Amino acid sequence: MRTRKPFRAATLAERHRKGQAMAAVFLGATVFAVLSLLILLASVIDQTAGYVLVEYGTSEADVFPPGEDGSVPPIGSLSSPELIAVLSDNLGPRRLKALELESPLEERSRGDLADLVLAEVLEPEIVRTWTLFESLSSRSDILAWSAANVPDGALMFRFWLSPDFLSRSQSSDALFAGVRSAIIGSLMTIVLTVLIAFPLGLGAAIYLEEYSRDNAVNRFIKTNIYNLSGVPSIIYGMLGLGIFVRFLGPLTSGAAFGLAGGVAGDAGPGGSAAGGVVDAAVSAIVDGRTVLSASLTLALLILPTIIINAQEAIRAIPRGLRESGYALGATKWQVISGHVLPASMDRILTGTVLAVSRGIGETAPLVLVGASTFLTKDPTGIFSKFTTLPIQIYQWTARPQAEFRNIAAAAIVVLMVLLMSLNATAILLRNKYRSERRG
Amino acid sequence: MYMDINAPGIDAPAIETRAMNFWYGSSQAVYDVDMKIRKNRVTAIIGPSGCGKSTALRTFNRMNDLIPGTRVEGQILFNGDDIYDSSVDPVALRSRIGMVFQKPNPFPKSIRENILWGARINGFEGDPDELVETSLRRVYLWEEVKDKLKKNAFDLSGGQQQRLCIARAIAVGPEILLMDEPTSALDPISSGKIEDLMTEFKERFTIIIVTHNMQQAGRISDETAFFLNGILVEMGPTRDLFFNPRDKRTESYISGRFG
Amino acid sequence: MTRGATLAGRKRPGEALVYGFLLFAAGVSVLTTVGIVVTLGKESFPFFLEVSPWEFLTSGRWQPQIGDFGILPLFTATVLTSLVAMAIAIPAGLASAIYLSEYASAGVRNVLKPALEVLAGVPSVVYGFFALQTVTPALRWVFGIERVDVYNTLSAGLVMGVLILPLISSMCEDALSAVPNSLREGAYALGATKIEVSLKVVMPTAFSGLAAAFIVGLSRAVGETMIVALAAGSGPALTLNPFRAAETMTGHIVRISGGDLSYDSIDYNSLFAIGLVLFAITLTLNVVSNRLVRKYREVY
Repeated sequence: MRTRKPFRAATLAERHRKGQAMAAVFLGATVFAVLSLLILLASVIDQTAGYVLVEYGTSEADVFPPGEDGSVPPIGSLSSPELIAVLSDNLGPRRLKALELESPLEERSRGDLADLVLAEVLEPEIVRTWTLFESLSSRSDILAWSAANVPDGALMFRFWLSPDFLSRSQSSDALFAGVRSAIIGSLMTIVLTVLIAFPLGLGAAIYLEEYSRDNAVNRFIKTNIYNLSGVPSIIYGMLGLGIFVRFLGPLTSGAAFGLAGGVAGDAGPGGSAAGGVVDAAVSAIVDGRTVLSASLTLALLILPTIIINAQEAIRAIPRGLRESGYALGATKWQVISGHVLPASMDRILTGTVLAVSRGIGETAPLVLVGASTFLTKDPTGIFSKFTTLPIQIYQWTARPQAEFRNIAAAAIVVLMVLLMSLNATAILLRNKYRSERRG
Repeated sequence: MYMDINAPGIDAPAIETRAMNFWYGSSQAVYDVDMKIRKNRVTAIIGPSGCGKSTALRTFNRMNDLIPGTRVEGQILFNGDDIYDSSVDPVALRSRIGMVFQKPNPFPKSIRENILWGARINGFEGDPDELVETSLRRVYLWEEVKDKLKKNAFDLSGGQQQRLCIARAIAVGPEILLMDEPTSALDPISSGKIEDLMTEFKERFTIIIVTHNMQQAGRISDETAFFLNGILVEMGPTRDLFFNPRDKRTESYISGRFG
Repeated sequence: MTRGATLAGRKRPGEALVYGFLLFAAGVSVLTTVGIVVTLGKESFPFFLEVSPWEFLTSGRWQPQIGDFGILPLFTATVLTSLVAMAIAIPAGLASAIYLSEYASAGVRNVLKPALEVLAGVPSVVYGFFALQTVTPALRWVFGIERVDVYNTLSAGLVMGVLILPLISSMCEDALSAVPNSLREGAYALGATKIEVSLKVVMPTAFSGLAAAFIVGLSRAVGETMIVALAAGSGPALTLNPFRAAETMTGHIVRISGGDLSYDSIDYNSLFAIGLVLFAITLTLNVVSNRLVRKYREVY
């Protein structure tokens, strides 16, 4: 009836071999994914430090007071008064006045003054940068190349990710740019986003799991939420642009409350006291492009994820817990707030934190809602103009010059650290709640 | 432990265990079992739940290998060869010792595909239609489903599904058929149909059936083994075990004092 | 006891307030959808007064300066990048799901799964950086500088594939795990090898869940913005050559809105018209995948 040999060793071995080959392929695919991650991280880190060859517009020897032995002192050794002297000697009166208006020279920190000297007097121009790997592996080649091609230049090893980088604000020069405004903008935006999205999301989840009956309306709401979670983030950006920025412009810009931007305090169109820097995209559009609009948009974006996650957390709580509460004569809300929520809060919080970290990384919707291309002042309140870390990364990455890749990479590291800490907090929170529950 | 080792026909048992011990991780489930299963007979394994009978059954076709952390000691011989020897391939073993499970588990494929799948992966090269018809006839399912072989197996009733699973198992042509409480999820009529199969099947196969239903064991089996707390308490011809149990514990179980 | 002797309940206005808030919260989601539909419709309406939907959907030229608004170049670029992304994400995602759910030991899973989750958590703008910085140069080195543009859809598509891979992997894993173990046991008992059980029994059974995962991945690829904005190109180009630069629908929206833009200009309205198409596509894909997910959940 059938053609089989006992313990058919031959075909059996084939089947096993095939199985092992496939298993190797499957493992390979997983490893491929992990490998991509490692290569990505490596290429980011590769850009965060390396040699920079700079050419000064004005050489240090020409403007620095010479040391006792006649040599040119490094900028790090000059004192504040010496730096101020250099500035006064070499800058035009109008420029000096403008700087004084922004912040009196006497009151500035030494580091600030040094930066000014560098930027305004020495006017360094980047000739070439090298990546970390190149810098470490072909050091002598780099030295030779620099000596041969730009003998007057200064070759320094630079960590693009440095405390200065974190404390400086935007600048069009890669050497002096920093992410301070972006970090503040990101944090402000995300805090406001959470304040809006978490109560709404949790509330909707409680409604759907505990209060709603199974009728067409509620089924529609559930399907709708699921669909919303799949809508691309850029569509939320368009929603934000159309409604929060434009339609609700008076509200979100603060004009309705008499706190509109474009007045002294925020960098409105050409309104900066420092002069010269105009927020290029502002001129044509009314200013609902504020932290508030951004947060509202992001809140709507992460809301479906928060709701779905909270729903699952609440659903996981067994009926028995609720029933024992009711049996004691508690109201529905008392049962929920006293029993169900505390029991599910760890999972709810973890999921919320994860949704939040997604929100922090969002770029496209914020571009649409009008993140500023250039801020001279840090955002100060919800009606301020804003920029965020991902926006900054986007802008820098899009520039062709190599040095902007460097600072983009540095900004990426800052962003990733922020995200990692957030996720770590989520895990810690979850563990804390878990152990509290176990008592 | 009482076993009639000297009964006629006992030489060359289909399955023989010698000092079999079994652990799930660190907890032992089966202690020092010596048993001989005779060829072309129906052997029932009875005992209260948790006594280790299913565990013992599953060692015979090394299904327990699929559970991580399990360990076997002692010998389990199939036609004289130790099946836990390192040279033995469990995949090949299972094509010779088939199994039917408590809850019917047909594949979500057509009835025809269900029968052919196992045979094909084992290298079947004969006429598929013939195999399907023969297998279904053996379980008396052919007349009921011959016009709907392409229908999904899930459309069948529980009893029909279980018979399909039996047909699927025998299509591979095993020598031994292990049945793990095959009727406990079925209604009495379906159960009866499957019990009727056993008597016919033993001409072709050796049947080992685990059951918690004593009456069933009494009805269909030639020999019965009684397990209690992982120990083989008594084993012998069914009539003797039921009407003349040698061990007090067997007697208590049979008369319903526990289990 | 100080409670009243009757069984009549106390008035609980607090409960009503709570209920009201919760209902409002649930309603916000409905308002969001309404908001999206209204905004897209309202802001694109003036566009369709000027440009016929037919021309919009079928013309192959997008040159606003001369009044040509055919979405085809943007659409084909979106399709191209999405297909490349799916070519990576589907096989690799499915394969890694099979590995993790059927083969990996607990120890291996504890390392690989979090790694995949990290992959999924990397913001897409970082992926865009990676595409520009590393992938495109690599492609140019492999295929030659003349053949591969500085901006190209292949690079963006590949990186998008890596971005979406974890999403598909985790959804496929869910689908595979949902297959009851009794089915696997039945197959093993017939003398099947592990690979035969995985590929010939478990996978076909989980099919609708797997298909749902693929469709969700596709939807994600269509809507992805930052990677293509950075790496695919910044000018509409009707081409099927993945080595050439081409702007996608999403990339176009982001580029235009990041520059000078006045309300009610045709450029402004055209963005919403594109958004409408984007929304329609992703919504359809998501609805289909939802149906499939529900189908496989019911079977078990």
